[in-house]
Amino acid sequence: PGRQCLSTSSGQALPEKVKIVEVGPRDGLQNEKTMVPTETKINLIDMLSASGLPVIEATSFVSPKWVPQMADQVEVMKGIDRKPGVSYPVLTPNLKGFQAAIKAGASEVAIFGAASELFSKKNINCSVDESLQRFDEVMKAAKEFGVPVRGYVSCVLGCPYEGKVAPEKVAHVAKRLYSMGCYEISLGDTIGVGTPGSMSKMLEAVSREVPVNALAVHCHDTYGQALANILVALQMGISVVDSSVAGLGGCPYAQGASGNVATEDVVYMLHGLGIQTGVDLSKLMDAGAFICRTLNRKTNSKVAQATCKL
Amino acid sequence: MGNVPTTVKHCLSYEQLIQDYPWLKRWLLEEKEIVPTGVKIQLIDMLSGTGLPVIEATSFVSSKWVPQMADHTDVLRGIQRAPHVRYPVLTPNMQGFQDAVAAGATEVAVFGSASETFSKKNINCSIDESMLRFKEVINTAKERQIPVRGYVSCALGCPHEGYIEPSKVSEVAKSLYELGCYEISLGDTIGVGTPGSMFKMLQSVMKEVPTNALAVHCHDTYGQALPNILTALQMGVCVVDSAVAGLGGCPYAQGSSGNVSTEDVLYMLHGMGIETGVNLAKVIEAGDFICNALHRETNSKVAKARGRTLGCVSVRENI
Repeated sequence: PGRQCLSTSSGQALPEKVKIVEVGPRDGLQNEKTMVPTETKINLIDMLSASGLPVIEATSFVSPKWVPQMADQVEVMKGIDRKPGVSYPVLTPNLKGFQAAIKAGASEVAIFGAASELFSKKNINCSVDESLQRFDEVMKAAKEFGVPVRGYVSCVLGCPYEGKVAPEKVAHVAKRLYSMGCYEISLGDTIGVGTPGSMSKMLEAVSREVPVNALAVHCHDTYGQALANILVALQMGISVVDSSVAGLGGCPYAQGASGNVATEDVVYMLHGLGIQTGVDLSKLMDAGAFICRTLNRKTNSKVAQATCKL
Repeated sequence: MGNVPTTVKHCLSYEQLIQDYPWLKRWLLEEKEIVPTGVKIQLIDMLSGTGLPVIEATSFVSSKWVPQMADHTDVLRGIQRAPHVRYPVLTPNMQGFQDAVAAGATEVAVFGSASETFSKKNINCSIDESMLRFKEVINTAKERQIPVRGYVSCALGCPHEGYIEPSKVSEVAKSLYELGCYEISLGDTIGVGTPGSMFKMLQSVMKEVPTNALAVHCHDTYGQALPNILTALQMGVCVVDSAVAGLGGCPYAQGSSGNVSTEDVLYMLHGMGIETGVNLAKVIEAGDFICNALHRETNSKVAKARGRTLGCVSVRENI
């Protein structure tokens, strides 16, 4: 199969299985202009659960003042049908959010760091180090409750304010999050400027500090590079990929431009490579069609566009 | 007969590794309005100024079948041929070849298919029969020292037959190469290919045709074009076809995208440190021009992002 043939430069075969982390309900919807009713969010998550996705980021316990789209965080958490074997992590930017998440029944959480100082300051009003210190209390509490924590690093391949981001900086932040106790670090190309060139340099630096089986890539398709970047990541041993059904969630830094890579397109590529995902592509497309109808918008997934018109 | 691809082809010349033949494909068939000759000429002239070394200018197919290409002679005669740039044209048969030469063509292209059904539905003859037609063209071209490029369509799947055996693709590629085509462009006509099927197909073809005589022509209908191109590059293929602004939809999936955008390909190659000698900003300008003329949006994500980014430092650095 193609999977064994497209080996890494060191001769290592592509992963047999890839875990897809579906971020549509949180990262995707958070960046959609239309307010989505709670019921719709719950339906979407349930449809995604039925498609075989192993991880679905359900909501965010951030203050509704900042992210009104996530104001119904508790109702969503309590309303979804949790499929056995599926994780439903939620974002917890601070201890208060963590506590609210636990109360609402969360059993996995996620925290965010940035590889760019300017981005950190503009986004959450503090330096990268300060942000990681804030998360210390979340990590402590999570340990006490036995709740796994996923860490995200944003701007790993470029920053809208700083421009180029040094791979060593990314490695530094990833290492901090990992040492703090995050079981997995998702490396985000926040503005989608990365290419296979910058992706491989960054991953080389990060994988010197964090074991490759604890790494994930979160690619944005703003410049059409996401799938090529994901392919390179797979060739370097990464086996966890974040994506968003229907490519929900535009890029806040390039108005009208695309953001998240579409899960359907990722799954299509992985299946074509003979890589197992556990996902039923047609059920996934049903979920995508559902949310696009509700949002009254076109899908960003090329697979979905092509399939319904053949 | 309507699917004979006729294209304006933009070639990127990479000094080191990759000779890239991006082409503007089928904007005639998929774009509903007939594009004025003046606009076509202006587009080609703009592309000639970007650093692209090969631009597929037009097609000498009967205007009865492809009305959009009726002005083939006017286009070929009207363009300002830049030095060191080649302007091949499509010539499906002897009549077309003769007209092309009379109009000043110095390079031509012929199209074969890896699918019998596609060949019959598209050009009304079997693959073997099409090879006989091409043999005539290629032999005559040889006499006149005119290089011929060969295309193989449906290399990764056929809208009628579905899966296409890699061995069938190799067979057709080999025939075209042995007939005398200097280069064979392998086309994922309906964009269904993935790095997995691209790998298998190239592995098979590379047993029959030298890698340096191969090119890939990927469609982005399923969003797979860039990873497919990356796979081909990793296997040593160093010629890539693409189309400015990703013009030219997929006739088999109405409203879906077809050709991969030259801008997006360039962005990837530049990001990988591959020198192209092409000015991406100028390609984007040419894309903007033709999209305005056609009253449509670009299919290039790079062009879209660059056009809408709010003071993003990284964008300016990368383009």
